[in-house]
Amino acid sequence: MTAADVLVEVAGVTKSYQKGKETVEVLHGLDLTIPRGDFVALMGPSGSGKTTLLNLLGGLDRPTVGGITVDGQAIHAMSGGSLAKWRSTNVGFVFQFYNLLPVLSAARNVELPLLLTNLNGAQRKQHVATALAVVGLTDRASHYPTELSGGQEQRVAIARAIVSDPTLLLCDEPTGDLDRETATEILQLLQALNRDHGKTVVMVTHDPQAAEYAKRILHLDKGSLLEKAA
Amino acid sequence: MKYFGLIWSNMWRKRIRTTLTILSVFVAFLLFGMLSAFELAFDGSNASIENAERLISVHKVSLINFLPIAYVERVRNLPGVANATHSTWFGAYYQESRNTFGQFPVDAESYLALYPEFTLPPEQEKAWLNNRTGAVVGRAIADQFGFKVGDRVPLTSTLWTNMDGNKSWEFDIEGVFEDSSGNGNSVYMLFHYDYFDEARAFAKGEIGWIIEKGDGSRPNTELAADIDLMFANSSAETKTTDEAAFAEEYAKQFGNIALIVTAILGAVFFTILLVNGNTMAQSVRERIPELAVLKTLGFGPGTILGMVLLEGVLLAFIGGVAGIVAAKWLLVMASKAMASTLPGGLTLNAQTIAWAVAFMFLVGMASGLLPAVQAMRLSIVQALARR
Repeated sequence: MTAADVLVEVAGVTKSYQKGKETVEVLHGLDLTIPRGDFVALMGPSGSGKTTLLNLLGGLDRPTVGGITVDGQAIHAMSGGSLAKWRSTNVGFVFQFYNLLPVLSAARNVELPLLLTNLNGAQRKQHVATALAVVGLTDRASHYPTELSGGQEQRVAIARAIVSDPTLLLCDEPTGDLDRETATEILQLLQALNRDHGKTVVMVTHDPQAAEYAKRILHLDKGSLLEKAA
Repeated sequence: MKYFGLIWSNMWRKRIRTTLTILSVFVAFLLFGMLSAFELAFDGSNASIENAERLISVHKVSLINFLPIAYVERVRNLPGVANATHSTWFGAYYQESRNTFGQFPVDAESYLALYPEFTLPPEQEKAWLNNRTGAVVGRAIADQFGFKVGDRVPLTSTLWTNMDGNKSWEFDIEGVFEDSSGNGNSVYMLFHYDYFDEARAFAKGEIGWIIEKGDGSRPNTELAADIDLMFANSSAETKTTDEAAFAEEYAKQFGNIALIVTAILGAVFFTILLVNGNTMAQSVRERIPELAVLKTLGFGPGTILGMVLLEGVLLAFIGGVAGIVAAKWLLVMASKAMASTLPGGLTLNAQTIAWAVAFMFLVGMASGLLPAVQAMRLSIVQALARR
């Protein structure tokens, strides 16, 4: 694998939190390489550090020790403002509880990341329409989150994650709040984004059936990577 | 501008709360507009004695103390004085005590000479001069009470008892004057001092104040100082100033208007700061996870800070602008209703509006600042974990 093929490089990452007077180490000297175009499922019991690792990969948090490089950029060394800017163009986030803004319609939720770009109103509308078409929700553009089903809300969240065309999609339990049938639809959508649109996907999940949609499954336990499965 | 839709939507997430907050801001700025207009109406500080058309000499102690009528002639003969006349507060009402307006016993000829802006037809002027119990009324008063030439009008004075021992006085309306200056001063009734002085039961030979006009050969300040010097150490010392300052002095009889207005507005704005601040704090607290999502999407700390601050400012501006517009509208009606008490009318000047805008901005910024800083410093990981 050449350097150009590597999208994410995690090198010797340790993450500790201060809990009162006690220091709790969540990740212990983690090393991980994720190639461009990969679909990785991160599995492990509660408290194993899956979400912490995902937060570090997305630049939402910083490692206590070690470094993280995404697409050649050392994100652990970036300032708060630079990291925010980097997130807006390089990473799309999908959460378990969708995290849509209830006061905005589906289209305006999807538009949010584009407000940070230099696109004008018409261009933003065009991008939003494309993203909603990809997730199959063109006819729900003007609906508010409370008027959508759980599956539709998650589709809107995915459209919001891909609207600025990021390289990396980070999904934290994207099907954790959905029934099996809807979960399958969402997983197929993520798979299509990986396969047809070349998005690199890292998905945290508890669900082995969901993990099967990934190309690789990584197991985390007590802050360490235990095994790698094909 | 592209964030406006997001800010607007966030502001209206709790419609009732936002509406109530805007209403309280509205009331605050309505009060601000109304009270500022009243303060302005009583404020003579903007006028300059040097540019004053006329000077007014009153008793040094208070407006309610009288001056001897002999002073008028002495002032008239002072070098630099072109003309002088006098006036006195009569303080009467027509039929009912709420029908109060200004009535003044004056020396008709010298008074009209000093107030050329009060114009009335020559035949009416002549009729007035020839009738001892005659009076002329301003157009506004004539319209308000339906007075017309030829009417005999009874007035009840709250101050002056006549020689018959009662306070009822009768006047013949001989003319209706207009105020050509455009200052809306046609709200008085003028009648003959001689009739008044002869008929009143006390204070004969005394007047309320002297009005004088310089001939342009000396600065007004010098003239005013000389007049006061002339009567220094007498039993009735004078204080000479311009008309605007005189009006202010008159208003101060009712209390320090500026201080009262400042105190009320201070309390109002402090309250509104708490109300607005509480709304903003609640609003931000409710959407901490949403703010964390925005930060996750790449909204920087500065953008988040600016958005929350703008929301506070927007709240203050919606209520504030509506309050000022309503005040302007109410002041038009109040000016009509109080034309006889406040002849200059009640208006919002540019300075008041500028202050209002500044207050809107300050209230908005101050109420939004703490929640905005809280939102800006928000830890994404902790905030998302709270969901």
